[in-house]
Amino acid sequence: MREIRFDTIKDAVAKLCIDANCLLGDDVVQAFKDGLAVEESPTGKDILNQLLDNEQIARKEMVPICQDTGWAVVWVEMGSGARVSGGEQYDAIQQGVAKGYKDGFLRKSIVEDPLRRKNTGTNTPAIIYTDIVPGEGLKITVQPKGGGSENMSEVKMLSAADGAEGIKKFVVDRVARSKANPCPPVIVGVGIGGTFDKCAMLAKHSLLREVGSVHPDPFYAAMEKELLERANKLGIGPQGLGGRVTALAVFIEAFPCHIATMPCAVNINCHAARHRSVTL
Amino acid sequence: MAKKITAPFTAETVTGLRAGDSVLITGTIYTGRDLAHKRLTDSLKAGEKLPFDLAGAVIYYVGPSPAKPGKVIGSAGPTTSYRMDAYSPLLMEKGLRGMIGKGNRTQPVLDAMKKHGAVYFAAVGGAAALIARTIKEAKVIAYDDLGPEAVRELRVEGFPAIVINDMYGGDLYETGVAKYKKD
Repeated sequence: MREIRFDTIKDAVAKLCIDANCLLGDDVVQAFKDGLAVEESPTGKDILNQLLDNEQIARKEMVPICQDTGWAVVWVEMGSGARVSGGEQYDAIQQGVAKGYKDGFLRKSIVEDPLRRKNTGTNTPAIIYTDIVPGEGLKITVQPKGGGSENMSEVKMLSAADGAEGIKKFVVDRVARSKANPCPPVIVGVGIGGTFDKCAMLAKHSLLREVGSVHPDPFYAAMEKELLERANKLGIGPQGLGGRVTALAVFIEAFPCHIATMPCAVNINCHAARHRSVTL
Repeated sequence: MAKKITAPFTAETVTGLRAGDSVLITGTIYTGRDLAHKRLTDSLKAGEKLPFDLAGAVIYYVGPSPAKPGKVIGSAGPTTSYRMDAYSPLLMEKGLRGMIGKGNRTQPVLDAMKKHGAVYFAAVGGAAALIARTIKEAKVIAYDDLGPEAVRELRVEGFPAIVINDMYGGDLYETGVAKYKKD
């Protein structure tokens, strides 16, 4: 049994929180550049250039790309041959998030109760999804998720009779109704199948994919391509001011389904599509 | 070419702006988002004095990230505006003349803008490190307990924004999207 120290996990999580918030992924930066080539709106181009400038400033000064440094969503793949020593894994992650948000001068955006709304002051609790996998490693991914785009997300319980077109209509309509609110150009995460809750999780997990990557299943690869084209015909454009580049990517994750159901979740991500991983 | 305007606004500032205008704002503006709006509104309804003068005021919907040592403020881009829609008409009735955020407003807000003479601007959401460079001073003046949601007085120089809704009913989101929509 391999031992991984509590402090190793805590420090790694803290660094992931800071890096994810200050260093935008190369895939997203490339997508802005690709967007510049197809954007027809002068205002839209100007905004994409500002996002590129902003990314450079954040990288150089190690300040957050966006002031909404998000809810820390943490994905854990724990090897069945590994164990945590010196404390509990859950505590190591929570303490790591608190440390990262403090040391990195990141915004604390979590309130302790949805109705009474007192800020916890630490940006915890983090949302943690854990999978036990073969091996002795521990892979941790931190995905800071902004609130404005989260608000434009939705789960719908469709029927099998609605078919692929029902799914597509729901996804495109969700992007259309979001208009300028979620900071377009957006990345659209789509979960299809599973239970009501599982499909929302699939949608969130799909947002970890690299922008520009192609779905391994040709059926869903074709659907992603069609959805992206349809989203970009909406005219919403960068920041909703009109233009061609409304979405940078559509990612689908599908899962087995109950014979009576066909749930679909759309989780919208703003252009600050942030995530960082480490394997310990 | 961006128009240079000064905050707080005069009546002429507002009448001179049209949807689609790019502006650079210099002067004093105030931060306020969800919980600050609730408190400001509660104070107005209770007849209490507000932490700043609403006459001609501009509110920026932002909850900045903490300032690093030696910096005035952290990253400071706009938050989504519709969450303030329940509060904005009353604030305009009491003198608010400018709002900066991102995203679409609802009809009661647009109606109040026409009635009282106010402008709604968008700043580029997610360009938060870039925007922060135009903020030269920042101090918390109320609701410190709200952390990122506290009201801050900001001194800005050349703060970049674009007029989305003017007091004449112009709406850049509507006209901009209509221009590029494909059926």
